[in-house]
Amino acid sequence: MKVAITSTGDSLDSLLDERFGRCSHFVIYDTESKSTEFVPNPNKDAENGAGPASVQVVASRNVNKIVSGEFGMKIKSLVDSLKIQMIVVKEKKTVREIIEMFNN
Amino acid sequence: MAPRARVFRKILNPPPMKGFKPYGHNVNETVNEPILIHFEEYEAFKLCDYDMYTHHQASEIMGVSRPTFTRIYASVRKKVAKAFAENRQISIDGGKVYFDSDWYSCKTCHCYFNNPQRNIELVNCPLCKSEKIYGYDVETGSAKNEVEHIADMCVCASCGYEELHKHGSPCKGEMCPQCGKRLTRKVKTNLN
Repeated sequence: MKVAITSTGDSLDSLLDERFGRCSHFVIYDTESKSTEFVPNPNKDAENGAGPASVQVVASRNVNKIVSGEFGMKIKSLVDSLKIQMIVVKEKKTVREIIEMFNN
Repeated sequence: MAPRARVFRKILNPPPMKGFKPYGHNVNETVNEPILIHFEEYEAFKLCDYDMYTHHQASEIMGVSRPTFTRIYASVRKKVAKAFAENRQISIDGGKVYFDSDWYSCKTCHCYFNNPQRNIELVNCPLCKSEKIYGYDVETGSAKNEVEHIADMCVCASCGYEELHKHGSPCKGEMCPQCGKRLTRKVKTNLN
Protein backbone atom coordinates (compact mmCIF):
# COMPACT_ATOMS: atom_id res chain seq x y z
CA MET A 1 0.00 0.00 0.00
CA LYS A 2 1.30 3.43 -0.88
CA VAL A 3 0.83 6.56 1.19
CA ALA A 4 1.46 10.15 0.13
CA ILE A 5 2.55 12.57 2.85
CA THR A 6 2.85 16.30 2.23
CA SER A 7 6.20 17.62 3.39
CA THR A 8 7.76 21.04 3.84
CA GLY A 9 11.17 19.82 2.73
CA ASP A 10 13.06 16.97 1.14
CA SER A 11 14.22 15.14 4.26
CA LEU A 12 12.47 12.77 6.66
CA ASP A 13 12.86 15.31 9.46
CA SER A 14 10.85 17.97 7.61
CA LEU A 15 7.53 18.90 9.11
CA LEU A 16 4.26 17.81 7.60
CA ASP A 17 3.04 20.53 5.25
CA GLU A 18 -0.33 21.77 6.38
CA ARG A 19 -1.42 22.56 2.84
CA PHE A 20 -2.04 19.94 0.22
CA GLY A 21 -2.04 21.67 -3.17
CA ARG A 22 0.92 23.97 -2.56
CA CYS A 23 3.09 21.80 -0.36
CA SER A 24 6.80 21.70 -1.06
CA HIS A 25 7.28 17.96 -1.54
CA PHE A 26 5.22 14.79 -1.59
CA VAL A 27 6.71 11.83 0.20
CA ILE A 28 5.51 8.60 -1.37
CA TYR A 29 5.93 5.87 1.21
CA ASP A 30 5.46 2.21 0.38
CA THR A 31 4.35 0.31 3.49
CA GLU A 32 5.42 -3.05 2.05
CA SER A 33 8.90 -2.29 0.75
CA LYS A 34 9.41 0.51 3.35
CA SER A 35 10.80 2.72 0.61
CA THR A 36 10.35 6.47 0.47
CA GLU A 37 10.44 8.69 -2.57
CA PHE A 38 10.50 12.48 -2.50
CA VAL A 39 8.60 14.17 -5.29
CA PRO A 40 8.95 17.95 -5.62
CA ASN A 41 5.53 19.52 -6.10
CA PRO A 42 5.42 21.26 -9.51
CA ASN A 43 2.38 23.28 -8.36
CA LYS A 44 4.07 24.83 -5.37
CA ASP A 45 3.73 28.39 -6.65
CA ALA A 46 0.67 27.91 -8.86
CA GLU A 47 -1.85 30.74 -8.68
CA ASN A 48 -4.90 28.58 -9.03
CA GLY A 49 -5.78 24.97 -9.68
CA ALA A 50 -2.91 23.74 -7.53
CA GLY A 51 -5.15 21.27 -5.70
CA PRO A 52 -6.50 19.27 -8.66
CA ALA A 53 -3.07 19.30 -10.35
CA SER A 54 -1.47 17.94 -7.20
CA VAL A 55 -4.11 15.22 -6.97
CA GLN A 56 -3.02 14.19 -10.47
CA VAL A 57 0.59 13.97 -9.30
CA VAL A 58 -0.16 11.68 -6.38
CA ALA A 59 -2.91 9.70 -8.12
CA SER A 60 -0.50 8.84 -10.97
CA ARG A 61 1.59 7.03 -8.36
CA ASN A 62 -1.34 4.89 -7.24
CA VAL A 63 -1.43 5.94 -3.62
CA ASN A 64 -4.24 4.70 -1.33
CA LYS A 65 -3.94 7.32 1.38
CA ILE A 66 -2.90 10.96 1.59
CA VAL A 67 -1.74 12.55 4.85
CA SER A 68 -1.86 16.34 5.01
CA GLY A 69 -2.86 19.16 7.29
CA GLU A 70 -5.77 20.37 5.21
CA PHE A 71 -7.68 19.51 2.05
CA GLY A 72 -9.32 22.21 -0.01
CA MET A 73 -12.97 22.26 -1.03
CA LYS A 74 -12.18 21.65 -4.71
CA ILE A 75 -10.34 18.40 -4.19
CA LYS A 76 -12.16 16.67 -1.36
CA SER A 77 -14.75 15.36 -3.76
CA LEU A 78 -12.11 14.51 -6.35
CA VAL A 79 -9.98 12.53 -3.92
CA ASP A 80 -13.11 10.88 -2.57
CA SER A 81 -14.19 9.74 -6.02
CA LEU A 82 -10.72 8.28 -6.66
CA LYS A 83 -11.26 6.16 -3.55
CA ILE A 84 -8.19 7.62 -1.86
CA GLN A 85 -8.45 8.04 1.89
CA MET A 86 -7.67 11.49 3.27
CA ILE A 87 -6.05 11.72 6.68
CA VAL A 88 -5.91 15.15 8.28
CA VAL A 89 -3.26 15.64 10.96
CA LYS A 90 -3.54 18.98 12.72
CA GLU A 91 -0.59 18.53 15.07
CA LYS A 92 2.95 19.43 14.12
CA LYS A 93 4.64 16.19 13.22
CA THR A 94 7.66 15.26 11.12
CA VAL A 95 7.40 12.96 8.14
CA ARG A 96 9.48 10.41 10.04
CA GLU A 97 6.98 10.36 12.92
CA ILE A 98 4.09 9.75 10.55
CA ILE A 99 5.91 6.93 8.77
CA GLU A 100 6.63 5.35 12.14
CA MET A 101 2.93 5.48 12.98
CA PHE A 102 2.17 3.53 9.82
CA ASN A 103 4.75 0.92 10.78
CA ASN A 104 3.35 0.26 14.23
CA MET B 1 -27.48 42.03 -11.54
CA ALA B 2 -26.25 38.49 -11.48
CA PRO B 3 -28.24 36.10 -9.31
CA ARG B 4 -26.72 35.02 -6.04
CA ALA B 5 -24.33 32.08 -6.40
CA ARG B 6 -25.67 28.73 -5.30
CA VAL B 7 -24.18 27.07 -2.28
CA PHE B 8 -22.61 23.68 -2.89
CA ARG B 9 -24.85 20.86 -1.74
CA LYS B 10 -23.32 17.94 0.03
CA ILE B 11 -24.19 14.47 -1.23
CA LEU B 12 -23.37 11.58 1.07
CA ASN B 13 -24.58 8.73 -1.07
CA PRO B 14 -24.61 9.26 -4.81
CA PRO B 15 -27.31 7.13 -6.49
CA PRO B 16 -26.12 3.74 -7.79
CA MET B 17 -28.17 4.17 -11.00
CA LYS B 18 -28.22 6.81 -13.68
CA GLY B 19 -31.98 6.98 -13.99
CA PHE B 20 -35.29 5.17 -14.36
CA LYS B 21 -37.23 3.98 -17.40
CA PRO B 22 -40.93 3.35 -17.73
CA TYR B 23 -41.90 0.02 -19.27
CA GLY B 24 -44.98 -1.52 -20.86
CA HIS B 25 -46.20 -1.81 -24.45
CA ASN B 26 -47.75 1.65 -24.56
CA VAL B 27 -44.54 3.39 -23.71
CA ASN B 28 -42.81 5.09 -26.57
CA GLU B 29 -39.40 6.08 -25.31
CA THR B 30 -38.43 8.19 -28.28
CA VAL B 31 -41.33 10.61 -28.04
CA ASN B 32 -40.64 12.14 -24.67
CA GLU B 33 -37.46 13.73 -23.47
CA PRO B 34 -36.24 12.34 -20.15
CA ILE B 35 -36.80 14.44 -17.06
CA LEU B 36 -33.55 15.57 -15.48
CA ILE B 37 -33.26 15.24 -11.72
CA HIS B 38 -30.19 16.75 -10.11
CA PHE B 39 -28.12 14.81 -7.59
CA GLU B 40 -29.11 17.28 -4.89
CA GLU B 41 -32.77 16.63 -5.64
CA TYR B 42 -32.28 12.89 -5.49
CA GLU B 43 -30.49 13.26 -2.15
CA ALA B 44 -33.21 15.54 -0.78
CA PHE B 45 -35.92 13.10 -1.81
CA LYS B 46 -34.08 10.16 -0.30
CA LEU B 47 -33.22 11.90 2.98
CA CYS B 48 -36.78 13.08 3.43
CA ASP B 49 -38.94 10.20 2.25
CA TYR B 50 -36.67 7.20 2.58
CA ASP B 51 -34.45 8.00 5.56
CA MET B 52 -37.37 9.88 7.17
CA TYR B 53 -35.42 12.92 8.28
CA THR B 54 -37.26 16.18 8.84
CA HIS B 55 -36.55 19.03 6.43
CA HIS B 56 -34.48 20.67 9.12
CA GLN B 57 -32.28 17.63 9.79
CA ALA B 58 -31.90 16.91 6.08
CA SER B 59 -30.93 20.49 5.28
CA GLU B 60 -28.12 20.27 7.84
CA ILE B 61 -26.89 17.04 6.32
CA MET B 62 -26.77 18.64 2.87
CA GLY B 63 -25.23 21.88 4.08
CA VAL B 64 -28.01 24.20 2.85
CA SER B 65 -30.61 26.29 4.65
CA ARG B 66 -33.96 24.80 5.56
CA PRO B 67 -35.94 26.95 3.08
CA THR B 68 -33.51 26.04 0.31
CA PHE B 69 -33.92 22.38 1.17
CA THR B 70 -37.68 22.69 1.00
CA ARG B 71 -37.36 24.30 -2.42
CA ILE B 72 -35.13 21.48 -3.68
CA TYR B 73 -37.57 18.95 -2.24
CA ALA B 74 -40.60 20.63 -3.80
CA SER B 75 -38.87 20.64 -7.14
CA VAL B 76 -38.07 16.93 -7.07
CA ARG B 77 -41.63 16.01 -6.02
CA LYS B 78 -42.91 17.95 -8.99
CA LYS B 79 -40.45 16.31 -11.36
CA VAL B 80 -41.12 12.77 -10.16
CA ALA B 81 -44.87 13.32 -10.43
CA LYS B 82 -44.44 14.71 -13.92
CA ALA B 83 -42.33 11.73 -14.98
CA PHE B 84 -44.96 9.32 -13.63
CA ALA B 85 -47.91 11.10 -15.17
CA GLU B 86 -46.34 11.64 -18.58
CA ASN B 87 -44.53 8.26 -18.54
CA ARG B 88 -41.19 9.84 -19.13
CA GLN B 89 -37.74 8.60 -18.26
CA ILE B 90 -35.91 10.03 -15.27
CA SER B 91 -32.27 10.81 -15.61
CA ILE B 92 -30.20 11.71 -12.55
CA ASP B 93 -27.30 13.99 -13.24
CA GLY B 94 -25.66 17.31 -12.53
CA GLY B 95 -26.50 20.03 -10.06
CA LYS B 96 -24.19 22.05 -7.91
CA VAL B 97 -23.00 19.35 -5.58
CA TYR B 98 -19.95 17.83 -4.01
CA PHE B 99 -19.63 14.27 -2.86
CA ASP B 100 -18.45 13.71 0.61
CA SER B 101 -18.04 10.53 2.52
CA ASP B 102 -18.32 10.24 6.27
CA TRP B 103 -15.50 11.70 8.32
CA TYR B 104 -14.12 10.27 11.53
CA SER B 105 -11.78 11.50 14.21
CA CYS B 106 -9.38 9.49 16.33
CA LYS B 107 -9.19 10.07 20.08
CA THR B 108 -5.66 8.70 20.40
CA CYS B 109 -3.64 10.56 17.76
CA HIS B 110 -6.10 13.44 17.15
CA CYS B 111 -6.24 13.03 13.42
CA TYR B 112 -9.24 13.16 11.09
CA PHE B 113 -9.89 10.84 8.21
CA ASN B 114 -12.62 9.86 5.81
CA ASN B 115 -13.84 6.52 4.59
CA PRO B 116 -13.77 6.38 0.80
CA GLN B 117 -14.77 2.69 0.77
CA ARG B 118 -18.36 3.25 1.84
CA ASN B 119 -19.22 -0.43 1.85
CA ILE B 120 -16.51 -1.35 4.36
CA GLU B 121 -16.98 -0.14 7.92
CA LEU B 122 -13.93 1.43 9.54
CA VAL B 123 -12.87 0.07 12.93
CA ASN B 124 -9.29 1.29 13.28
CA CYS B 125 -7.58 4.63 12.89
CA PRO B 126 -5.47 4.39 9.71
CA LEU B 127 -2.54 6.08 11.43
CA CYS B 128 -2.23 4.69 14.95
CA LYS B 129 -4.57 1.67 14.59
CA SER B 130 -6.48 2.79 17.66
CA GLU B 131 -10.08 1.64 17.93
CA LYS B 132 -11.21 4.87 19.56
CA ILE B 133 -12.69 6.45 16.49
CA TYR B 134 -15.72 8.68 16.39
CA GLY B 135 -17.94 10.13 13.75
CA TYR B 136 -16.85 13.66 12.96
CA ASP B 137 -18.94 16.50 11.61
CA VAL B 138 -16.77 18.52 9.20
CA GLU B 139 -19.28 21.33 8.97
CA THR B 140 -19.51 22.16 12.66
CA GLY B 141 -16.09 20.83 13.63
CA SER B 142 -17.48 18.91 16.55
CA ALA B 143 -17.22 15.24 17.16
CA LYS B 144 -20.48 13.39 17.28
CA ASN B 145 -20.58 11.16 20.29
CA GLU B 146 -20.95 7.89 18.50
CA VAL B 147 -21.63 6.75 15.02
CA GLU B 148 -25.38 6.34 15.14
CA HIS B 149 -26.82 2.90 14.95
CA ILE B 150 -30.38 1.96 14.22
CA ALA B 151 -31.70 -1.45 15.06
CA ASP B 152 -33.07 -1.98 11.58
CA MET B 153 -32.05 -4.92 9.50
CA CYS B 154 -30.99 -5.08 5.87
CA VAL B 155 -32.39 -8.23 4.25
CA CYS B 156 -31.72 -10.01 1.00
CA ALA B 157 -34.96 -10.65 -0.85
CA SER B 158 -33.78 -13.75 -2.62
CA CYS B 159 -31.97 -15.77 0.06
CA GLY B 160 -33.15 -14.20 3.31
CA TYR B 161 -29.71 -13.14 4.56
CA GLU B 162 -29.91 -10.40 7.22
CA GLU B 163 -27.44 -7.91 8.64
CA LEU B 164 -27.67 -4.87 10.92
CA HIS B 165 -28.36 -1.67 9.02
CA LYS B 166 -25.48 0.78 8.94
CA HIS B 167 -26.53 4.37 9.45
CA GLY B 168 -25.84 6.61 6.48
CA SER B 169 -25.35 3.81 3.98
CA PRO B 170 -28.45 2.78 2.09
CA CYS B 171 -29.34 -0.91 2.15
CA LYS B 172 -29.67 -0.74 -1.61
CA GLY B 173 -25.98 -0.02 -1.85
CA GLU B 174 -25.07 -3.14 0.12
CA MET B 175 -24.53 -6.45 -1.60
CA CYS B 176 -25.64 -9.77 -0.18
CA PRO B 177 -22.48 -11.74 0.63
CA GLN B 178 -24.25 -15.01 -0.15
CA CYS B 179 -25.91 -14.40 -3.49
CA GLY B 180 -24.66 -10.98 -4.61
CA LYS B 181 -28.11 -9.36 -4.86
CA ARG B 182 -28.87 -5.91 -3.45
CA LEU B 183 -30.27 -5.75 0.06
CA THR B 184 -33.45 -3.96 1.17
CA ARG B 185 -34.59 -2.46 4.45
CA LYS B 186 -36.70 -4.75 6.61
CA VAL B 187 -38.15 -2.61 9.40
CA LYS B 188 -38.78 1.07 9.08
CA THR B 189 -38.35 2.99 12.33
CA ASN B 190 -39.07 6.65 12.64
CA LEU B 191 -35.81 8.46 13.31
CA ASN B 192 -37.36 11.39 15.07
